[in-house]
Amino acid sequence: MSAVMITRKVRKWEKLPGKNTFCCDGRVMMARQKGVFYLTLFLIVGTCALFFAFECPYLAVHLSPAIPVFAVLLFLFVIAMLLRTSFSDPGVLPRALPEEAMFIEMEIEAANGNVPTGQRAPPRIRNVQINNQIVKLKYCYTCKIFRPPRASHCSICDNCVDRFDHHCPWVGNCVGKRNYRYFYLFTLSLSMLTIYIFTFDIVHMVMREFLLFLIRRDTQFTVLEVLVCFFTLWSVVGLTGFHTYLISLNQTTNEDIKGSWSGKNRVQNPYSHKNIIKNCCEVLCGPTYPSVLSVVIAASAPFQNVVLRLQKTTAPLIPNEHTPDDAKPSIAASAEKSPSPREEHPPAPKVPPLASPETDVEDKTH
Amino acid sequence: MQGFVPTATDGNMATEFHNLQELRHSASLANKIFIQRDYSEGTTCKFQTKFPSELESRIEWTLFEDTVKTLNNYYAEAEKIGGQSYLEGCLACATAYLIFLCMETRYEKVLKKIAKYIQEQNEKIYAPRGLLITDPIERGMRVIEICIYEDRGSSGSSSGSSSVSGSTAR
Repeated sequence: MSAVMITRKVRKWEKLPGKNTFCCDGRVMMARQKGVFYLTLFLIVGTCALFFAFECPYLAVHLSPAIPVFAVLLFLFVIAMLLRTSFSDPGVLPRALPEEAMFIEMEIEAANGNVPTGQRAPPRIRNVQINNQIVKLKYCYTCKIFRPPRASHCSICDNCVDRFDHHCPWVGNCVGKRNYRYFYLFTLSLSMLTIYIFTFDIVHMVMREFLLFLIRRDTQFTVLEVLVCFFTLWSVVGLTGFHTYLISLNQTTNEDIKGSWSGKNRVQNPYSHKNIIKNCCEVLCGPTYPSVLSVVIAASAPFQNVVLRLQKTTAPLIPNEHTPDDAKPSIAASAEKSPSPREEHPPAPKVPPLASPETDVEDKTH
Repeated sequence: MQGFVPTATDGNMATEFHNLQELRHSASLANKIFIQRDYSEGTTCKFQTKFPSELESRIEWTLFEDTVKTLNNYYAEAEKIGGQSYLEGCLACATAYLIFLCMETRYEKVLKKIAKYIQEQNEKIYAPRGLLITDPIERGMRVIEICIYEDRGSSGSSSGSSSVSGSTAR
C-alpha cells in the first residue's frame, strides 16, 4: 500500500515565525503583550457588574425590567465582539518559503540589471496599476514578499497583515482584513453600552435624591461608574466616529496616518467606490475571509488519489537531496483536500472558534 | 513523459503501484514557478494569466489559461459582494457571529470547490505532463505554485532555474 506514513503531526501555526501567541490548539491568536487587553476586559466587566448589581434592581422595579435585559444583551454582544477581535487571525500573510523568496530575488535581479559594486541597489518596489492609479508595492525584507496592496508589516507582531489598519493594544491584536468589522462593531457597541450605562446612572441619581448620592456608601459605586463611563465615552465614541469616517471612505488607519490618498500625492484612493453606502457595505458586509494559517497541509485520507500517492512516493521516500523539505508537505497537500475539512469549527467548541483552528501538518520526518 | 501517472480512471491497483514504483525512481522535482497575483482590479483575489516561459515545452497555453481563469472565477464568486453576502453578513452580525459555529461561510464552500478543482486538474492535465499545481491558499493566497518534475531516467540533471519568468506585475 501507500508506504508513506507520517509519524509526527506538526501544527502549521507552530511554525509561524513572528511574535504571536497561540492558545486552545491554535484557535486563539494574540499579540505577545496582553496586559492592556486584560485591563479592557476588567473595565468592561467590572463596570457592567457594578451596574447590574447596584442600578438594575432599582431601575427594573421603578422603571422597566427591559432595561437590564437590554443591558445584558448589549454587554454580551460587546464581549463577543471584543473576544472575536482579539482572538482571530487579523489576516496574517505567511512568509515566503525559500523557493518563492529565491524566485522573487531572481526577478528583482533581472529587473535591476547589474548594479556596480559600491552602489546601493535601487529600492525594491513594484508598480501596479489599480483602477487607473499607480500603486507602489513595497518589498518586505522580513517576510521576503512584495506586500499586496494595503498590506503592511506590524513590527509588534512581526507579521505582514493584509489590509492592515493598526495594532490595537486595547484588544491585544492587530486589526486587519479579517477582524476589522468585529473591531468596528466592538467600538460601536461599546459606545452604545457606555452611553446606556451613563444615561441610566444619571437617571438613577435623579430619581433618588441626587445630593445624598455622594454621601451614601451604597451609591458610591454609581459615582464610580459614572466616572468610568464619562472618560470612556470621549475616547470610544471618538474612535467609533473616526472609524465610521474611514469606512465611508474605504480607507485604513494606516493609510490615513501616512496620508497615502490625501493632499500632496494627488493619488486618489483606488479602492473607494466613491459611494458611502457601497464603501460601508464592502467593509462591513463583505465576505468573511478564511485564515490562511489554518490550512490543512496534508491529511491522512484514504486511498483515493493517484496524484497524492505519486507525490508521497516519489518525493522523498527515497531521500532525494534535491527535493526541498518544504516541497514534501506541499506536494502531498495539493492533491489532497476534500476529505479533510479545513473549516473554522472545531468538533466540540467550548470556546467559540474565533481564530481559525489549526490543523495538523504532516511533518516531513519519516 | 507519457505514462507518468496512471489516470484516475484506471482502476487497476496493481498497475498503479507498478507505475508508481517506476515513478519513484524516475521523477524528481526540477523547478518551481510562481504565478503572481493580478492587482489591476483591486485587492480581490485574481491571478495573472500570463503564460510562463518555463511551461512552454510542457503544456499548451490554452489549458493553463483555462485553469487560471477558472480559478479566478471561483475567487470572484467567493468574494462577490451582493445580496447573498449582505444576508450572510447581517445574519451573522445579529447572532454575534455565533452562527458560524454551525454554518460554513460562503468563502469556505468555494474554497472546497477550488480544492476539488485543483485536484481534478492535477490528475487529468498536469500530472500527466509532469507538473503539479499547489492550491494558492497554502501559499497565503499570494501565488499559484507550479512544481515541474523531471523524469530522472530520461534527463540526467534537473532543469536549471536560471530563467526568470516574466510574470512581474506591471
